[in-house]
Amino acid sequence: MYHTIQIGAHTLAQGTFIRSLGDGRIEIDAGHARLSGRPVADPKPPAAGGVLGALRTALTAAPLRGGILAAVAALGLVMAGPTPAAAQDSVEILNVSYDPTREFYRDYNALFTAWWTAQGNAPVTIRQSHGGAGAQARAVIDGLAATVVTLALSADIDQIAERTGRIPADWQSRLPHNAAPYASTIVFLVREGNPRGIADWDDLVAEGVQVITPNPKTSGGARWNFLAAWAYADRNGLDPREFVGALYRNVPVLDTGARGATTTFTQRGIGHVLLAWENEAFLALAELGEDAFDIVVPSVSILAEPPVSLVDGNITSDAQRAAAEAYLAHLYSPEAQALALRHHYRARDTSLAAPDDVARFPELELVTIAEFGGWSVVQPAFFGDGGIFDQIYEE
Amino acid sequence: MSDIAPTRPVPVTTEPPLVRALLIGLAVAFVALFLFAPLVTVFAEALAEGGRGVIAALSLPDARAAIAMTLTIAAIAVPLNAVFGIAAAWAIAKFDFRGKAVLITLIDLPFSVSPVVAGLTLVLLFGANSALGAWLMANDIRIVFALPGIVLATLFVTFPFVARELIPVMIEQGRAEEEAALTLGAPGWRIFLTVTLPNTRWALLYGVLLSNARAMGEFGAVAVVSGKIRGETATMPTMVEMFYNEYLSVAAFSLAAVLALLALLTLLLKSLLEWRHADLLAATRRH
Repeated sequence: MYHTIQIGAHTLAQGTFIRSLGDGRIEIDAGHARLSGRPVADPKPPAAGGVLGALRTALTAAPLRGGILAAVAALGLVMAGPTPAAAQDSVEILNVSYDPTREFYRDYNALFTAWWTAQGNAPVTIRQSHGGAGAQARAVIDGLAATVVTLALSADIDQIAERTGRIPADWQSRLPHNAAPYASTIVFLVREGNPRGIADWDDLVAEGVQVITPNPKTSGGARWNFLAAWAYADRNGLDPREFVGALYRNVPVLDTGARGATTTFTQRGIGHVLLAWENEAFLALAELGEDAFDIVVPSVSILAEPPVSLVDGNITSDAQRAAAEAYLAHLYSPEAQALALRHHYRARDTSLAAPDDVARFPELELVTIAEFGGWSVVQPAFFGDGGIFDQIYEE
Repeated sequence: MSDIAPTRPVPVTTEPPLVRALLIGLAVAFVALFLFAPLVTVFAEALAEGGRGVIAALSLPDARAAIAMTLTIAAIAVPLNAVFGIAAAWAIAKFDFRGKAVLITLIDLPFSVSPVVAGLTLVLLFGANSALGAWLMANDIRIVFALPGIVLATLFVTFPFVARELIPVMIEQGRAEEEAALTLGAPGWRIFLTVTLPNTRWALLYGVLLSNARAMGEFGAVAVVSGKIRGETATMPTMVEMFYNEYLSVAAFSLAAVLALLALLTLLLKSLLEWRHADLLAATRRH
């Protein structure tokens, strides 16, 4: 089981337990680093955050406001305890996300604002924007003022970092688990009773089977789909390029985002099988009835880790930065992880989750992106201009 | 204009009744299938959970924000385009100048350019990757992914409507009345207000109604520049798509029904105008 510890005023980390340090702190292995801090047994975070945040805000404002005033203000804030940290401005966070997270973030935003104000902070307004991950990254590059990005894969955030400089290059090391608070995988959604008898990836290249998957150029989920199919071919001694090429010849329509593809399959009735995010497939069952569709779990799939990052260059105030950092860090809290599990994401901390939400996930072999050499290699080679996808699609 | 009114009653047709019935039946079936059925579906889907479902859907904060956004955009874009349309039509119909043909072609440009392309050009022009966009962002002025960008996109796609309605009417009426006013010593502004504008008011109103309908219904151009921020830059058509994609079918179709009602209201107003002022319209132009 994972342990969650507090490593900063608003930052939580998770990892496997290594040892107890004796002073109430424990050391954990968070995947990329060993971290130590106080375990978060009780999901309620410490009350100090609000006061410290307030003090920091007041202190950083000091040179601008004149010494005495700031000192009085800081003193007043400390004396008053957890009072609104930044009442001077209403803080707004714009979360630019990918397609299938709509329902999760709608609930998480409510959870976060309740927690954040309970800490004695001024209420924040959280706005959402959803679309294909590639298209959303493009919009941020073109000037969409995202405070945080929560996209489908790290290559999209890398693009923003590279092209705008608004995110530091090492963004993935700023949060635990390579900045991916939850994971998912790719499964098949078929019509009730599985009339085409689809059981694994090789059934998708059969003559006459129509496969629905979005466009890898604009959709992050589509890129995971592509790589999962590639991994299957690779594991089974098939020529991956030929196999994936045959699969895409069975795709009648490429939507721009995962949700568009789901709608094409479920509401418009096009296609025999939908390559879907696991969470998206579960959601379709929940929304449209278990008697309309079946989930088919292939023998091998990919571990999809959708990462999150602050867009540092778009931060306009310290209060906004504090809120946005807390917004991302709180994704790792046990209650947020439980919420992610309820929304069918493979979150890591199961301590507060309902057992049913955890038991639901099927066991299957998951290939990681590291086997492909990481997104920095995969993105240009497979999905860049003239890359393998372009070559396959031209054939 | 090609109003060739028959001078005396002639037999309307010599076709046998069966052919007539078939043709009329075909036309009615076509209209019913492709125009009426979708409209009925919109309202039926909206009312799937009864009137209370519609009210609940329309009181969602996102839905209300989208309605407010669309009305705001129409309230800004339509008057601006009315002013532009009148100015352009006045210039084109009443004066001769070099480049007139080019101006007429330019006014028609939005009809031939795809709305998505129009939206993308705005993003290229005012986005963070252009010199202008970078300067605007540095000065904290937001054009794309904010209200100004959506208004610009709407202005672009609704550009031709008012001018296109006014130009033929103004040309048809000629310059004689204005010239008469001029010889009587009226200044330009007065000529415009007392002669030109009253002569063309119905065409103007018609153009404004069309322009308004398009401004409220535009999807493509607006979707590109809106950034899809819920409750902030989402308009009614983009919000309809979002609701639909979130399995909120009743909310999607309730909002779509409001849009359809607005469109029907526009049509009703137009028909009312035509009916009440049939003689006046006939004197100027028939639609």
